[in-house]
Parts: sequence; structure tokens; C-alpha cells
Amino acid sequence: MRTRRTIAVALSVLTLTAVAACGKEGSPNDDAAGSAKPQLPTYTVKSDVKLDASPAWTKAKKAGKITIGAKSDQPFLGFEDVQTGTRSGFDIEIAKMIAADLGFAENQITWQTVASANRETAISGGQVDFYVGTYSINDKRKASVSFAGPYYIAGQDLLVQKDNTSITGPESTKDKNVCTVTGSTSVDQIKKYGAKVTQYDSYSQCVDKLLTDEVDAVTTDDSILKGYAAKNAGKLKVVGKTFSTENYGVGLGKDDKALRDAISDALKAHEDNGDWKKAYDATLGLSGSAAPAVPALERY
Amino acid sequence: MSAGSASVLYDAPGPRARLRYRVFGVLSVVGIAALLWFAYSSLADAGQFSAAMWSPFEYARVQQRIVDGMLETLKVFGLSALFSLVLGALLAAGRLSDHRPVRAVATAVVQFFRAMPLLIMIFALYRAVFSADPFWALVVGLSLYNGAVQAEIIRSGVNAVPRGQAEAAYALGLRKTSVMMTILVPQAVRSMLPAIIGQLVVTLKDTSLGYVITYSELLYAGKLIASNTSTPDGYPYIPVVLVIGPIYIAMCLALTALAKWIEARGRRGTNRRTPAAA
Amino acid sequence: MGVLFEDGNLALFRDGFLRTVELSAVSAVLALLLGIVLAAFRVSPVPALRVFGTVWVNIFRNTPLTLLFFAVTFGLPRLDVHLDSFTFAVIALSAYTGSFVCEVLRAGINTVPLGQAEAARSLGMGFGQTLGLVILPQAVRSVMSPMSSIFIALPRNSAVAGAFSVAELYNWQQTMTDKGYAIFGIFFWVALAYLCISFSVQQLFSFAEKRMAVAR
Repeated sequence: MRTRRTIAVALSVLTLTAVAACGKEGSPNDDAAGSAKPQLPTYTVKSDVKLDASPAWTKAKKAGKITIGAKSDQPFLGFEDVQTGTRSGFDIEIAKMIAADLGFAENQITWQTVASANRETAISGGQVDFYVGTYSINDKRKASVSFAGPYYIAGQDLLVQKDNTSITGPESTKDKNVCTVTGSTSVDQIKKYGAKVTQYDSYSQCVDKLLTDEVDAVTTDDSILKGYAAKNAGKLKVVGKTFSTENYGVGLGKDDKALRDAISDALKAHEDNGDWKKAYDATLGLSGSAAPAVPALERY
Repeated sequence: MSAGSASVLYDAPGPRARLRYRVFGVLSVVGIAALLWFAYSSLADAGQFSAAMWSPFEYARVQQRIVDGMLETLKVFGLSALFSLVLGALLAAGRLSDHRPVRAVATAVVQFFRAMPLLIMIFALYRAVFSADPFWALVVGLSLYNGAVQAEIIRSGVNAVPRGQAEAAYALGLRKTSVMMTILVPQAVRSMLPAIIGQLVVTLKDTSLGYVITYSELLYAGKLIASNTSTPDGYPYIPVVLVIGPIYIAMCLALTALAKWIEARGRRGTNRRTPAAA
Repeated sequence: MGVLFEDGNLALFRDGFLRTVELSAVSAVLALLLGIVLAAFRVSPVPALRVFGTVWVNIFRNTPLTLLFFAVTFGLPRLDVHLDSFTFAVIALSAYTGSFVCEVLRAGINTVPLGQAEAARSLGMGFGQTLGLVILPQAVRSVMSPMSSIFIALPRNSAVAGAFSVAELYNWQQTMTDKGYAIFGIFFWVALAYLCISFSVQQLFSFAEKRMAVAR
């Protein structure tokens, strides 16, 4: 009995190593039909940056790398391809353009995935130097972190099955099962309309529940939902009636004014030279929605 | 299988009973097989065995992620196991102390950490103390909870050593410390080894709670693989469970096998044993 | 500490507490029943059942509870089993805890002196009677302490359900954290609630132990 078990364990370890030895490179997500795809912009890394007043920047400069917090499971926004390990999406592009203007090349960026509920902790605890990931600016959060931006304006919306005609907006979600993520601003919003709220800790879990009819709708910012609708084309659709305004900002350490000003400058520069629009077209734009107006920065 | 005592529960089956058992056995095998087949075919109908669902596992990067996750899990387990055993020994000593205040403090600590859900401990530790480092939040949380449980196991082991042992040692003029260290603890540890290892298995499994604070152990790696691979039939949660689950089971069984081996080597006499709690 | 007494948090906390108690109680009963059945399987004369019991216990004892929750919440709907998240949580928790109960009972069965079973059999009792009337009642007595550990661990394990959309105490903690309250205040109340539950379970077991005690 014992020998058999030992053999079984040894075998499974062997299989695992054998499999690991002959794994494929690349990603199944690389689709061949990329002829007319909009191209991502490229950013010139600034070399003469001096931000000694910012503790986060000084620490990052000394280490030669900057740690940026991001989401990893939002297609077209903040997405990590598990097959290649590369990050892509609109938020990721915003982070890259900021990093370039702070004097860090792409290969000097350490990406750190931070779940919604842990964002303030990760920023104030110094786990990340700044955070870009569908982070709505609000006063409660301003008590523990600072924001640069907004760099994008989203609104809460609903994602439903393609053939669903009963849910046309937030008003029609009364007593319906609506799924969203724990620790996001969407929870309180949708509860106001009398919806029954299901909460998981990632949107893909919600989308999976929607695909298996366990919930009637998924609610969060339209930007995120459009990404999922595009990923599940032909099955899901976004209702298209936003019922909140979410100003996405870049989260950074509280009262790090030097860093906040530098990030604001970087955003301004890249919005003016067309990088912002290019980044949008190559990421969120792929889901079919046209680029919205660039929001005005809020400096304080 | 402890054939000795189990088979005592029923008579050696005669020809008719054997036939009955066989019919019963065949029926239950058929029933279980039908159930498994139903599960398999419904999952297949739901597209859970489509190539798209399983293709992520073909990629070197994904395999590397799983192996890395496994190593992280083992790293957290190793440290927490060590700390929890040390803490368990200290707390057990405290609970067996002759000084009332020491006993009271140790009891309070044990009761508190035994009652607190690990998920909540880890989350609170991460939020309040180790916000820059989820690794330590996880290790400390695991050590505190499992240390408290190990303390209870060791204590009940010491209490289960026949009274005469301690009395004989005192009669020889040994002091409390030497009685503990040379007489009681060695016997307690030997008789409680299965329970201690059982709790270590729980520790190993509980490392998976690190996913709540985005610590990249095995379960977190699996979750990310599942949520970032969208296929026409949804997300590959089932394939991930079918890959990650057996890895955990294999690790736990290996640990249990190690325990059995140690126990078989060290076995003297016939101390009774009790398995660990969840 | 003030977190409990601000806008409706008390009601949420009460609901969360009751949900935890409800989830733990329902799962405890089911786990106990499942554990007894599995233990009977593992010592039964039918080899197929013994194998089934062993496989079940080895799978469920060695799988992390969170992974089990994933399997249940995302697997069962694909088998066309559509239930609410509370029922899913009960299934996962009792399947997990049941395998521990089974192992403890089996160890208990092994502690009952052989003569008891032999005597029962010589009176003409079958397997079911021997196990149910003679062996298990004695086995239960000897495993009260490891059994209490299992059922103290159950409420704390039930916290995992909070991450799977059951509005119990862990979920309350997450919601409050999200609302921006300080972690210390939240933790204080949650800790207090779990201590109460754990203490009650302990009292219940020491009461049962006293009731069941026999002079030896």
C-alpha cells in the first residue's frame, strides 16, 4: 500500500516535470487576423527626471525599477496573459506612459497585481509605487491615498445575456440576481435599485455565473463590461445605460505632491500628443466603442 | 486497512453472503460508475473538455506558474509548520505550567486563536500589520492558528501519558522540567505524532487561503489561469480544479505517508492515537 | 469599535452572525450524518464500499476547502444543479467536514475492545446491528475530544463561504473594510462573535460528554 502510494507520488512528479519540459511557447490569444489592428503607441523614456521630493520615486530610482499596481483579469483594461506573462490593456498603457515620463523603461517596471479590496493598503503600505487599475476617485479613498487624474471617465452599467430583453437599465434589476465584485463601489449603487447582489472576488467569476444562468446580470463600470462582451462576442451584451460616473485616477501615496504633479504632467503630455487616443484605439477601442472625450485633469 | 478490528464486526461470509456482497458490490460499482459517467458527460456537454479549456496547460509559462505556485505553497508551509510547532510547544508548556497566571494567559491565547477563522486573521494581519508583505501575513496567521491547535494536541498527549510515569520520575528526585523534557514530552510526541502530522496537513491545505491577500501560491496561480482564459464555454474553472486539486492531494498524501513512515520507525508499545481536527 | 453602531451596520452584523451560525449548524448535522455513513462504508464487509469510502475520505480530507468551494460553485451548475450560494456552501462544508468525522469515528471504532464485537456477533447480530447498537455508541464516547475539535473548527472554516457570496461574518468584515472603517474595530466585533460561537460549541460538547460518561 505504502510503496504503491510512493510510486504514485513519484510518477505524478515525473509527469509534471516531463510536461513542464515540453511546454509550448507563445499564446493562444495571438490571433492571426491582426492586419487592420490599431497599433499601440511607443513612449520615449525621459532621462533627466529629478523628483527628490517624492519618497516613492526616490526609492524606485535607487532600486532601478518601479513597482506599479494593476489589475490582471480585465480584458482590454488591465490583463495578464497567463501564457506569455505579458500585460496589456488601456490601464497598462497609461501606466507605461507615466513610467516613461518618470524615467523608467518598460523593462524596469515590476507589475504587481492588487485586488480591489486591497488597493488602499497596497498603496499606503508601499507595496506599489503607484496604482493604475479602474480606480475611481472618491473622497473616502482620498482619506488614505492621493489621486492623479482623472485619465478616463467610465460609468456603471449592466452586462446581460445577448437575448435578454427584460433588463434595460438599473430600474429593471429589482429582485434580479446581479453579480459584482466584493469591495467595489458598484455594490452600494446597485443595491439602491433593489437588486439581489451576489459577490465574488473577480469579474470573471461573475461572467462565468452569467454564462451559466446563475445570475441575471453583471454590474460594474462599462469599460470593464465592454471588454468581457467583446471576449464573449455573440453571447453577452452591455445594456448601455450608465447610471454613475466613475473618474479613473492613478492612485499614489497620500500627500506625495511631487509625484502627483509629475504624473499629472505625464498624463497631460500624452493626452496632448495623441498617445492617449492611440492607446485607447488599440485596447478598449477593439470592443467597438468609440473613444470618449479626454477628461480634464483635476489638480490639487 | 486495519483488517484486524474491522473484520471482527462481521462473520466470515458464507457462500450466500459472499454472493450477496458481490451483487451489492457490483450494484454500487455500477451506480458510482453511472454517476461519474453522468458527471463526465454533463461536463463534456458544457464544453469542459474542449481543447480550448485545456490548451492553457500546454504552455511553458503556465506550467512554470503552477510549479512556482507549488514552490511558494511549500515555502509558506515549511515556515508555518516550523513556527507553529515551536509556538505549540511553548503554549503547551504554558498551559501545563504550575503558575496560575502563566496558565491563564496560555489558555486565553490558545482559545482565541483556535476560534478565529484563518481567513479573517490573515486578512486583518495583512490590513493592520503586514500590508507591504502578504507573505508574512500568511505565515504569521497560519502559525498562530496552527500553533494553538498543536498546543492542544501536545497537551492532551502529555495528559494521556500514564500517571505512573511522572510519579516514578518524581520519586527518583527529578524536577518538573526534567520530568517534562525527559519523560513526558518524548512519550507524548510519539503517541500524538499522527495527530500532529494531521494538523500539518491542515496547515499545508490552509496555505491556499493566501489567495485572499493576493499571495501568489498554488491556488492563486490556478485562479488566475482560470480567470484569464476565456473560451466559448466560459472560464476553465473545472479544468483548473482538476489540475490543482490532485497536486494538493498528492502533496498531502506524501506528507501523510512520511508521517506513517516515521511512526512505523519510532513505534514502541501500543499507544492509542486520535486523528487531527479540520 | 464604533463601527457596529453606525448606519445599519448592526443589522448587517446580526444577519451575518446568524448566517454563520445557521451555516455551521446545518453543515454540522449533515457532516455528522455523512461521517457516520462513510465510517460504516469504511468498515463494511462489501469491498466496493470500503474502496469508495477510502477514496472519498482521501480526496476530501486532502483538498483545500477553498478549492472544494470552487468545484462546487462552478462545477455543479454545469451538471445542471442550480442552487443558491448558501446551499452550495453547505454542500462543500459538510462534504469536507464529513470526511474528518469519518476518520475520527473509524479511529474510535478501533478503540472499542474486540470482545464487544465478538459478543454482539455471538448473540446473532448482523453487521448493521453490531455497528449501530454496540460499537458506535462506545466509539462515540471515546472520540468526544477530537470530535469537539472538528466542530470547533467548522464555524471557523465556514468563513470561506464569505468569499463565495454567503453574507456571513467574513462577508460583513469585507463589506465594512470596503466602507472604510478601521480594521481594529471591525476585527474586534468579528472576533467576539467567533469566540462566542466557539465557546458555545465547547460548552455543548462538555455537556454531552458529561451526559454520556459512564463509570468504568
